[in-house]
Amino acid sequence: MADLDPLFLWRRFLTLPNESRTKTLAVAFLVSAVCAVMVTAATVMLRPIQAQNRAAEQQARLEALIAAVPGISELVAQSGGDALSTVVIDLDAGTAAKDVTPETLSAALAEPANWTTLPAADDIAGIGSRPDYAQIYLLREGETVSLAILPIVGTGYNGRIQALLAVRGDMRTLAGLAVTEQAETPGLGARITEPLWQQSFAGKSIADDTGAVRFAVARGKAGGEHEVDGITGATRTGNAITRMVQFWAGPKGYGPLMAAIRRGEF
Amino acid sequence: MAATEGLWTTLTAPLIRQNPVTLQILGICSALAVTTSLDTALTMSISLTVVVVLAAGIISLIRRHIPASIRLIVQIIIIASMVIVIDQALQAWFFELSQRLSVFVSLIATNCIVLGRTESFARSNPPLPSMVDALGSGLGYSLVLLAIGTCRELFGSGTLFGFQVFALADQGGWFTPLSLMLLAPSAFFLLGGLVWAVRSLWPEQADAAEFPLHDLGEERR
Repeated sequence: MADLDPLFLWRRFLTLPNESRTKTLAVAFLVSAVCAVMVTAATVMLRPIQAQNRAAEQQARLEALIAAVPGISELVAQSGGDALSTVVIDLDAGTAAKDVTPETLSAALAEPANWTTLPAADDIAGIGSRPDYAQIYLLREGETVSLAILPIVGTGYNGRIQALLAVRGDMRTLAGLAVTEQAETPGLGARITEPLWQQSFAGKSIADDTGAVRFAVARGKAGGEHEVDGITGATRTGNAITRMVQFWAGPKGYGPLMAAIRRGEF
Repeated sequence: MAATEGLWTTLTAPLIRQNPVTLQILGICSALAVTTSLDTALTMSISLTVVVVLAAGIISLIRRHIPASIRLIVQIIIIASMVIVIDQALQAWFFELSQRLSVFVSLIATNCIVLGRTESFARSNPPLPSMVDALGSGLGYSLVLLAIGTCRELFGSGTLFGFQVFALADQGGWFTPLSLMLLAPSAFFLLGGLVWAVRSLWPEQADAAEFPLHDLGEERR
Protein backbone atom coordinates (compact mmCIF):
# COMPACT_ATOMS: atom_id res chain seq x y z
CA MET A 1 0.00 0.00 0.00
CA ALA A 2 3.03 2.23 -0.31
CA ASP A 3 1.47 4.10 -3.25
CA LEU A 4 -1.34 5.41 -1.06
CA ASP A 5 0.81 6.70 1.77
CA PRO A 6 0.17 10.47 1.59
CA LEU A 7 3.74 11.33 2.50
CA PHE A 8 5.01 9.13 -0.29
CA LEU A 9 2.58 10.68 -2.78
CA TRP A 10 3.65 14.15 -1.70
CA ARG A 11 7.32 13.30 -2.18
CA ARG A 12 6.64 11.84 -5.57
CA PHE A 13 4.70 14.96 -6.48
CA LEU A 14 7.61 17.17 -5.42
CA THR A 15 10.07 15.16 -7.48
CA LEU A 16 8.00 15.52 -10.63
CA PRO A 17 9.75 17.71 -13.18
CA ASN A 18 8.54 21.29 -12.80
CA GLU A 19 7.49 21.48 -16.41
CA SER A 20 5.19 18.45 -16.31
CA ARG A 21 1.53 19.25 -16.84
CA THR A 22 0.43 17.55 -13.63
CA LYS A 23 2.80 19.56 -11.52
CA THR A 24 1.95 22.85 -13.23
CA LEU A 25 -1.75 22.30 -12.62
CA ALA A 26 -1.22 21.06 -9.08
CA VAL A 27 1.02 24.00 -8.11
CA ALA A 28 -1.44 26.47 -9.60
CA PHE A 29 -4.28 24.83 -7.69
CA LEU A 30 -2.42 24.61 -4.38
CA VAL A 31 -1.20 28.21 -4.48
CA SER A 32 -4.69 29.50 -5.32
CA ALA A 33 -6.28 27.40 -2.59
CA VAL A 34 -3.84 28.53 0.10
CA CYS A 35 -4.18 32.18 -0.95
CA ALA A 36 -7.97 31.92 -1.03
CA VAL A 37 -8.03 30.54 2.50
CA MET A 38 -5.71 33.30 3.70
CA VAL A 39 -7.75 36.11 2.14
CA THR A 40 -11.04 34.64 3.32
CA ALA A 41 -9.77 34.21 6.86
CA ALA A 42 -8.55 37.82 6.99
CA THR A 43 -11.80 39.20 5.62
CA VAL A 44 -14.07 37.14 7.84
CA MET A 45 -12.10 37.64 11.03
CA LEU A 46 -11.68 41.38 10.62
CA ARG A 47 -15.20 42.14 9.40
CA PRO A 48 -16.73 42.90 12.83
CA ILE A 49 -14.02 45.46 13.60
CA GLN A 50 -14.44 47.06 10.20
CA ALA A 51 -18.21 47.23 10.61
CA GLN A 52 -17.68 48.97 13.95
CA ASN A 53 -15.38 51.51 12.30
CA ARG A 54 -17.95 52.23 9.61
CA ALA A 55 -20.70 52.70 12.16
CA ALA A 56 -18.51 55.12 14.10
CA GLU A 57 -17.88 57.10 10.95
CA GLN A 58 -21.61 57.27 10.20
CA GLN A 59 -22.23 58.50 13.73
CA ALA A 60 -19.63 61.22 13.25
CA ARG A 61 -21.36 62.32 10.05
CA LEU A 62 -24.72 62.47 11.77
CA GLU A 63 -23.23 64.51 14.57
CA ALA A 64 -21.80 66.93 12.04
CA LEU A 65 -25.29 67.15 10.55
CA ILE A 66 -26.83 67.78 13.95
CA ALA A 67 -24.23 70.42 14.70
CA ALA A 68 -25.54 72.25 11.63
CA VAL A 69 -28.90 72.87 13.33
CA PRO A 70 -28.80 76.59 14.13
CA GLY A 71 -27.88 77.30 17.73
CA ILE A 72 -27.51 73.69 18.73
CA SER A 73 -23.86 73.86 19.73
CA GLU A 74 -24.77 76.57 22.23
CA LEU A 75 -27.55 74.35 23.54
CA VAL A 76 -25.17 71.43 23.98
CA ALA A 77 -22.69 73.72 25.74
CA GLN A 78 -25.40 75.12 28.01
CA SER A 79 -26.64 71.73 29.03
CA GLY A 80 -23.28 70.98 30.59
CA GLY A 81 -21.76 68.99 27.77
CA ASP A 82 -24.00 65.93 28.05
CA ALA A 83 -23.54 64.32 24.68
CA LEU A 84 -26.47 63.54 22.45
CA SER A 85 -27.75 60.03 22.85
CA THR A 86 -29.10 58.09 19.93
CA VAL A 87 -32.34 56.23 20.52
CA VAL A 88 -34.41 54.10 18.18
CA ILE A 89 -38.07 54.55 19.00
CA ASP A 90 -41.22 52.67 18.16
CA LEU A 91 -43.39 55.37 16.62
CA ASP A 92 -46.79 53.84 17.44
CA ALA A 93 -45.96 53.10 21.05
CA GLY A 94 -43.97 56.26 21.62
CA THR A 95 -41.34 54.30 23.54
CA ALA A 96 -37.82 53.17 22.90
CA ALA A 97 -37.86 50.19 20.54
CA LYS A 98 -37.28 46.92 22.36
CA ASP A 99 -35.40 44.88 19.83
CA VAL A 100 -34.13 47.39 17.32
CA THR A 101 -30.87 49.22 17.95
CA PRO A 102 -29.21 51.90 15.82
CA GLU A 103 -26.99 49.12 14.42
CA THR A 104 -29.88 46.91 13.36
CA LEU A 105 -32.19 49.74 12.28
CA SER A 106 -31.32 49.65 8.61
CA ALA A 107 -31.86 45.89 8.55
CA ALA A 108 -35.21 46.30 10.29
CA LEU A 109 -36.30 48.98 7.83
CA ALA A 110 -35.46 46.69 4.92
CA GLU A 111 -38.39 44.50 6.07
CA PRO A 112 -41.67 45.65 4.50
CA ALA A 113 -43.43 44.38 7.65
CA ASN A 114 -41.87 47.23 9.60
CA TRP A 115 -43.58 49.88 7.48
CA THR A 116 -47.12 51.17 7.90
CA THR A 117 -49.09 52.17 4.83
CA LEU A 118 -50.87 55.43 5.50
CA PRO A 119 -54.48 55.92 4.40
CA ALA A 120 -54.85 58.94 2.10
CA ALA A 121 -56.66 60.95 4.76
CA ASP A 122 -53.80 60.61 7.23
CA ASP A 123 -51.03 60.99 4.69
CA ILE A 124 -50.81 64.76 4.74
CA ALA A 125 -47.05 64.78 4.20
CA GLY A 126 -47.46 62.73 1.02
CA ILE A 127 -45.05 59.93 1.91
CA GLY A 128 -47.30 56.91 1.23
CA SER A 129 -45.92 54.72 3.98
CA ARG A 130 -44.08 55.37 7.18
CA PRO A 131 -41.46 53.27 8.99
CA ASP A 132 -42.47 51.91 12.38
CA TYR A 133 -39.07 52.76 13.85
CA ALA A 134 -37.11 55.97 13.77
CA GLN A 135 -33.71 56.95 15.05
CA ILE A 136 -33.86 60.12 17.12
CA TYR A 137 -31.33 62.06 19.19
CA LEU A 138 -31.94 63.21 22.72
CA LEU A 139 -30.09 65.77 24.77
CA ARG A 140 -30.60 65.36 28.51
CA GLU A 141 -30.24 67.77 31.35
CA GLY A 142 -29.95 65.55 34.37
CA GLU A 143 -32.86 63.13 34.01
CA THR A 144 -35.15 65.20 31.84
CA VAL A 145 -34.96 65.57 28.09
CA SER A 146 -34.00 69.13 27.19
CA LEU A 147 -33.90 68.72 23.44
CA ALA A 148 -35.04 66.13 20.94
CA ILE A 149 -33.85 65.99 17.36
CA LEU A 150 -36.38 64.27 15.14
CA PRO A 151 -35.78 63.36 11.52
CA ILE A 152 -38.78 64.24 9.37
CA VAL A 153 -39.57 63.57 5.74
CA GLY A 154 -42.21 64.75 3.29
CA THR A 155 -42.92 65.43 -0.35
CA GLY A 156 -42.16 68.93 -1.55
CA TYR A 157 -42.86 70.62 -4.85
CA ASN A 158 -40.15 68.75 -6.76
CA GLY A 159 -39.49 65.71 -4.62
CA ARG A 160 -38.62 64.44 -1.22
CA ILE A 161 -37.62 66.82 1.53
CA GLN A 162 -35.72 65.46 4.50
CA ALA A 163 -35.03 67.53 7.56
CA LEU A 164 -34.12 67.37 11.22
CA LEU A 165 -36.49 69.13 13.57
CA ALA A 166 -35.13 70.20 16.95
CA VAL A 167 -37.77 70.46 19.68
CA ARG A 168 -37.17 71.68 23.21
CA GLY A 169 -37.92 69.62 26.29
CA ASP A 170 -41.50 70.88 26.61
CA MET A 171 -42.15 69.21 23.23
CA ARG A 172 -43.95 72.34 22.11
CA THR A 173 -41.26 74.92 21.41
CA LEU A 174 -39.17 74.51 18.29
CA ALA A 175 -35.43 74.99 18.60
CA GLY A 176 -34.53 74.80 14.95
CA LEU A 177 -34.78 73.04 11.65
CA ALA A 178 -32.10 71.73 9.32
CA VAL A 179 -33.01 70.62 5.83
CA THR A 180 -30.74 67.72 4.95
CA GLU A 181 -32.09 66.75 1.54
CA GLN A 182 -34.32 68.58 -0.91
CA ALA A 183 -34.83 69.09 -4.64
CA GLU A 184 -36.87 72.30 -4.66
CA THR A 185 -36.56 75.03 -7.28
CA PRO A 186 -33.22 76.83 -6.90
CA GLY A 187 -33.71 80.43 -5.83
CA LEU A 188 -37.31 79.84 -4.74
CA GLY A 189 -38.22 76.68 -2.88
CA ALA A 190 -34.59 75.77 -2.37
CA ARG A 191 -34.32 78.82 -0.12
CA ILE A 192 -35.56 76.55 2.68
CA THR A 193 -31.88 75.61 3.05
CA GLU A 194 -30.93 79.19 3.93
CA PRO A 195 -29.73 79.46 7.53
CA LEU A 196 -31.65 82.69 8.06
CA TRP A 197 -34.98 81.06 7.27
CA GLN A 198 -34.16 77.94 9.28
CA GLN A 199 -33.27 80.11 12.26
CA SER A 200 -36.75 81.64 12.20
CA PHE A 201 -38.08 78.31 13.50
CA ALA A 202 -36.37 78.81 16.85
CA GLY A 203 -38.83 79.77 19.58
CA LYS A 204 -41.95 79.03 17.54
CA SER A 205 -44.57 76.84 19.09
CA ILE A 206 -45.81 73.69 17.34
CA ALA A 207 -49.03 73.16 19.20
CA ASP A 208 -51.47 75.29 21.16
CA ASP A 209 -52.49 74.71 24.79
CA THR A 210 -55.08 72.11 23.86
CA GLY A 211 -52.31 70.07 22.18
CA ALA A 212 -53.63 70.53 18.65
CA VAL A 213 -50.82 70.96 16.12
CA ARG A 214 -50.99 74.52 14.84
CA PHE A 215 -47.59 75.13 13.26
CA ALA A 216 -47.61 76.60 9.77
CA VAL A 217 -45.40 78.34 7.27
CA ALA A 218 -47.29 81.59 6.64
CA ARG A 219 -48.08 83.13 3.28
CA GLY A 220 -45.99 86.22 3.58
CA LYS A 221 -45.28 87.58 7.04
CA ALA A 222 -45.69 85.34 10.03
CA GLY A 223 -48.58 86.13 12.34
CA GLY A 224 -48.40 84.72 15.83
CA GLU A 225 -46.30 82.21 17.73
CA HIS A 226 -47.24 79.25 15.55
CA GLU A 227 -46.06 80.64 12.23
CA VAL A 228 -42.81 81.30 10.43
CA ASP A 229 -42.41 83.67 7.49
CA GLY A 230 -43.23 82.26 4.11
CA ILE A 231 -40.78 82.39 1.22
CA THR A 232 -41.89 84.54 -1.69
CA GLY A 233 -42.65 82.47 -4.77
CA ALA A 234 -42.43 79.21 -2.86
CA THR A 235 -45.94 78.75 -1.52
CA ARG A 236 -46.07 75.08 -2.43
CA THR A 237 -42.75 74.34 -0.78
CA GLY A 238 -43.92 76.26 2.27
CA ASN A 239 -47.14 74.25 2.36
CA ALA A 240 -45.12 71.06 2.07
CA ILE A 241 -43.05 72.05 5.10
CA THR A 242 -46.21 72.93 7.01
CA ARG A 243 -47.77 69.55 6.29
CA MET A 244 -44.53 67.74 7.02
CA VAL A 245 -44.21 69.30 10.46
CA GLN A 246 -47.93 68.81 11.15
CA PHE A 247 -47.77 65.15 10.15
CA TRP A 248 -44.69 64.30 12.15
CA ALA A 249 -45.84 66.24 15.22
CA GLY A 250 -49.25 64.54 14.95
CA PRO A 251 -50.59 61.19 16.17
CA LYS A 252 -49.18 59.20 13.24
CA GLY A 253 -45.75 60.75 13.63
CA TYR A 254 -43.92 61.57 16.84
CA GLY A 255 -47.14 62.46 18.72
CA PRO A 256 -47.02 59.42 21.05
CA LEU A 257 -43.33 60.00 21.71
CA MET A 258 -43.84 63.67 22.50
CA ALA A 259 -46.63 62.79 24.90
CA ALA A 260 -44.36 60.28 26.61
CA ILE A 261 -41.55 62.81 26.95
CA ARG A 262 -43.99 65.39 28.33
CA ARG A 263 -45.09 62.85 30.93
CA GLY A 264 -41.41 62.44 31.80
CA GLU A 265 -41.23 58.82 30.69
CA PHE A 266 -37.95 59.24 28.82
CA MET B 1 31.57 36.04 8.83
CA ALA B 2 31.67 36.45 5.09
CA ALA B 3 28.01 35.40 4.90
CA THR B 4 26.98 38.06 7.38
CA GLU B 5 28.90 40.67 5.42
CA GLY B 6 27.17 39.51 2.25
CA LEU B 7 23.80 39.89 3.92
CA TRP B 8 24.74 43.34 5.18
CA THR B 9 25.66 44.42 1.64
CA THR B 10 22.41 42.92 0.32
CA LEU B 11 20.51 44.94 2.91
CA THR B 12 22.28 48.27 2.50
CA ALA B 13 22.90 48.31 -1.23
CA PRO B 14 19.31 49.23 -2.16
CA LEU B 15 19.21 52.10 0.35
CA ILE B 16 21.11 54.59 -1.79
CA ARG B 17 23.47 53.01 -4.28
CA GLN B 18 20.88 50.64 -5.77
CA ASN B 19 17.78 52.49 -4.62
CA PRO B 20 14.76 51.06 -6.46
CA VAL B 21 13.12 54.47 -6.81
CA THR B 22 15.98 56.78 -7.66
CA LEU B 23 18.12 54.35 -9.65
CA GLN B 24 15.57 52.06 -11.23
CA ILE B 25 12.69 54.61 -11.19
CA LEU B 26 10.31 51.88 -10.00
CA GLY B 27 7.15 52.36 -7.96
CA ILE B 28 6.98 56.12 -8.43
CA CYS B 29 3.22 56.14 -9.04
CA SER B 30 2.43 55.46 -5.40
CA ALA B 31 5.42 57.51 -4.29
CA LEU B 32 3.78 60.54 -5.85
CA ALA B 33 0.29 59.85 -4.58
CA VAL B 34 0.76 59.18 -0.89
CA THR B 35 3.47 61.67 0.01
CA THR B 36 1.30 64.72 0.73
CA SER B 37 1.70 63.95 4.42
CA LEU B 38 4.22 61.98 6.43
CA ASP B 39 1.81 59.62 8.17
CA THR B 40 0.34 58.29 4.92
CA ALA B 41 3.86 57.99 3.49
CA LEU B 42 4.98 56.06 6.57
CA THR B 43 1.96 53.72 6.49
CA MET B 44 2.49 53.07 2.81
CA SER B 45 6.22 52.42 3.38
CA ILE B 46 5.55 49.94 6.18
CA SER B 47 2.82 48.17 4.19
CA LEU B 48 5.01 47.84 1.11
CA THR B 49 8.01 46.63 3.12
CA VAL B 50 5.92 43.99 4.91
CA VAL B 51 4.41 42.80 1.64
CA VAL B 52 7.70 42.61 -0.22
CA VAL B 53 9.49 40.78 2.63
CA LEU B 54 6.71 38.22 3.14
CA ALA B 55 6.23 37.65 -0.57
CA ALA B 56 9.97 37.21 -1.11
CA GLY B 57 10.13 34.73 1.78
CA ILE B 58 7.21 32.63 0.56
CA ILE B 59 8.29 32.61 -3.07
CA SER B 60 11.84 31.74 -2.11
CA LEU B 61 10.55 28.81 -0.04
CA ILE B 62 8.68 27.26 -2.94
CA ARG B 63 11.12 28.47 -5.63
CA ARG B 64 12.20 24.95 -6.65
CA HIS B 65 8.63 23.93 -7.37
CA ILE B 66 7.30 26.87 -9.34
CA PRO B 67 6.89 25.78 -12.96
CA ALA B 68 8.54 28.37 -15.20
CA SER B 69 5.51 28.62 -17.45
CA ILE B 70 3.25 29.97 -14.67
CA ARG B 71 5.83 31.61 -12.44
CA LEU B 72 4.63 35.20 -12.90
CA ILE B 73 1.04 34.30 -12.17
CA VAL B 74 2.01 32.35 -9.07
CA GLN B 75 4.05 35.30 -7.81
CA ILE B 76 1.29 37.80 -8.51
CA ILE B 77 -1.29 35.66 -6.71
CA ILE B 78 0.88 35.41 -3.63
CA ILE B 79 1.65 39.14 -3.66
CA ALA B 80 -1.98 40.11 -4.24
CA SER B 81 -3.16 37.91 -1.37
CA MET B 82 -0.65 39.50 1.00
CA VAL B 83 -1.82 42.93 -0.11
CA ILE B 84 -5.47 42.08 0.53
CA VAL B 85 -4.64 40.80 4.00
CA ILE B 86 -2.68 43.98 4.79
CA ASP B 87 -5.44 46.16 3.38
CA GLN B 88 -8.04 44.40 5.52
CA ALA B 89 -5.86 44.78 8.60
CA LEU B 90 -5.45 48.50 7.93
CA GLN B 91 -9.19 48.90 7.52
CA ALA B 92 -9.71 47.18 10.82
CA TRP B 93 -7.10 48.89 12.97
CA PHE B 94 -6.17 52.09 11.13
CA PHE B 95 -9.49 52.98 9.58
CA GLU B 96 -8.86 56.68 9.05
CA LEU B 97 -5.45 56.14 7.50
CA SER B 98 -6.80 53.46 5.20
CA GLN B 99 -9.51 55.88 4.04
CA ARG B 100 -6.83 58.41 3.12
CA LEU B 101 -4.61 55.85 1.39
CA SER B 102 -7.72 54.71 -0.52
CA VAL B 103 -6.74 52.46 -3.42
CA PHE B 104 -3.01 52.86 -3.10
CA VAL B 105 -2.61 50.04 -0.61
CA SER B 106 -4.35 47.65 -3.01
CA LEU B 107 -2.13 48.96 -5.77
CA ILE B 108 0.94 47.64 -3.94
CA ALA B 109 0.10 44.43 -5.82
CA THR B 110 1.09 46.17 -9.03
CA ASN B 111 4.14 47.91 -7.59
CA CYS B 112 7.07 46.99 -9.77
CA ILE B 113 9.43 46.82 -6.81
CA VAL B 114 7.61 43.83 -5.33
CA LEU B 115 7.42 41.75 -8.47
CA GLY B 116 10.91 42.94 -9.45
CA ARG B 117 12.45 41.60 -6.25
CA THR B 118 10.59 38.29 -6.24
CA GLU B 119 11.26 37.66 -9.92
CA SER B 120 14.90 38.69 -10.02
CA PHE B 121 16.14 37.67 -6.58
CA ALA B 122 13.80 35.54 -4.47
CA ARG B 123 13.18 33.05 -7.29
CA SER B 124 16.81 32.00 -7.31
CA ASN B 125 18.00 32.52 -3.73
CA PRO B 126 17.32 30.87 -0.36
CA PRO B 127 14.72 32.46 1.95
CA LEU B 128 17.02 34.40 4.30
CA PRO B 129 19.00 36.35 1.67
CA SER B 130 15.77 36.88 -0.29
CA MET B 131 14.02 38.40 2.68
CA VAL B 132 17.03 40.56 3.54
CA ASP B 133 17.19 41.75 -0.06
CA ALA B 134 13.46 42.50 -0.03
CA LEU B 135 13.79 44.33 3.28
CA GLY B 136 16.57 46.45 1.79
CA SER B 137 14.46 47.35 -1.24
CA GLY B 138 11.47 48.11 0.99
CA LEU B 139 13.61 50.36 3.15
CA GLY B 140 15.06 52.08 0.08
CA TYR B 141 11.53 52.81 -1.14
CA SER B 142 10.56 53.98 2.36
CA LEU B 143 13.56 56.30 2.52
CA VAL B 144 12.55 58.09 -0.67
CA LEU B 145 8.89 58.23 0.34
CA LEU B 146 9.72 59.69 3.73
CA ALA B 147 12.16 62.23 2.28
CA ILE B 148 9.58 63.47 -0.23
CA GLY B 149 6.79 63.27 2.34
CA THR B 150 8.78 65.38 4.78
CA CYS B 151 9.42 68.07 2.16
CA ARG B 152 5.83 68.14 0.98
CA GLU B 153 4.20 68.21 4.39
CA LEU B 154 6.68 70.68 5.86
CA PHE B 155 6.51 73.19 3.02
CA GLY B 156 2.94 72.43 1.93
CA SER B 157 1.23 72.79 5.28
CA GLY B 158 3.98 73.69 7.75
CA THR B 159 3.48 70.51 9.78
CA LEU B 160 5.24 67.19 10.38
CA PHE B 161 3.11 64.17 11.31
CA GLY B 162 0.32 66.72 11.80
CA PHE B 163 2.20 68.76 14.41
CA GLN B 164 2.68 72.43 13.60
CA VAL B 165 6.36 73.11 12.94
CA PHE B 166 6.19 76.46 11.14
CA ALA B 167 3.87 79.18 12.44
CA LEU B 168 1.39 79.83 9.63
CA ALA B 169 0.90 83.33 8.28
CA ASP B 170 -2.88 83.21 8.60
CA GLN B 171 -2.49 82.40 12.29
CA GLY B 172 -0.09 85.27 12.91
CA GLY B 173 3.14 83.43 12.07
CA TRP B 174 5.61 83.98 9.26
CA PHE B 175 5.15 80.94 7.01
CA THR B 176 2.89 81.00 3.97
CA PRO B 177 2.22 77.38 2.89
CA LEU B 178 3.20 76.54 -0.67
CA SER B 179 0.02 74.93 -1.94
CA LEU B 180 1.94 73.60 -4.96
CA MET B 181 3.62 71.17 -2.55
CA LEU B 182 0.27 69.49 -1.93
CA LEU B 183 -0.36 68.95 -5.64
CA ALA B 184 0.97 65.97 -7.59
CA PRO B 185 3.41 67.92 -9.81
CA SER B 186 5.51 68.95 -6.83
CA ALA B 187 6.25 65.28 -6.14
CA PHE B 188 7.62 65.00 -9.68
CA PHE B 189 9.82 68.05 -9.15
CA LEU B 190 11.09 66.78 -5.80
CA LEU B 191 11.71 63.28 -7.10
CA GLY B 192 13.47 64.68 -10.15
CA GLY B 193 15.65 66.86 -7.94
CA LEU B 194 16.41 63.89 -5.70
CA VAL B 195 17.42 61.68 -8.63
CA TRP B 196 19.62 64.48 -9.96
CA ALA B 197 21.27 64.98 -6.56
CA VAL B 198 21.88 61.24 -6.09
CA ARG B 199 23.32 60.84 -9.57
CA SER B 200 25.59 63.86 -9.15
CA LEU B 201 26.98 62.38 -5.95
CA TRP B 202 27.33 58.88 -7.41
CA PRO B 203 28.05 59.54 -11.11
CA GLU B 204 28.22 55.81 -11.90
CA GLN B 205 24.42 55.70 -11.49
CA ALA B 206 23.81 57.99 -14.46
CA ASP B 207 22.48 56.18 -17.52
CA ALA B 208 24.55 56.32 -20.68
CA ALA B 209 22.88 58.68 -23.13
CA GLU B 210 20.83 56.62 -25.56
CA PHE B 211 20.86 59.25 -28.28
CA PRO B 212 24.11 61.19 -27.97
CA LEU B 213 23.96 64.73 -29.35
CA HIS B 214 26.17 65.17 -32.37
CA ASP B 215 28.46 68.09 -32.57
CA LEU B 216 26.49 70.27 -34.97
CA GLY B 217 29.56 72.11 -36.26
CA GLU B 218 31.15 68.86 -37.30
CA GLU B 219 28.06 67.69 -39.18
CA ARG B 220 27.92 70.76 -41.34
CA ARG B 221 31.36 70.23 -42.66
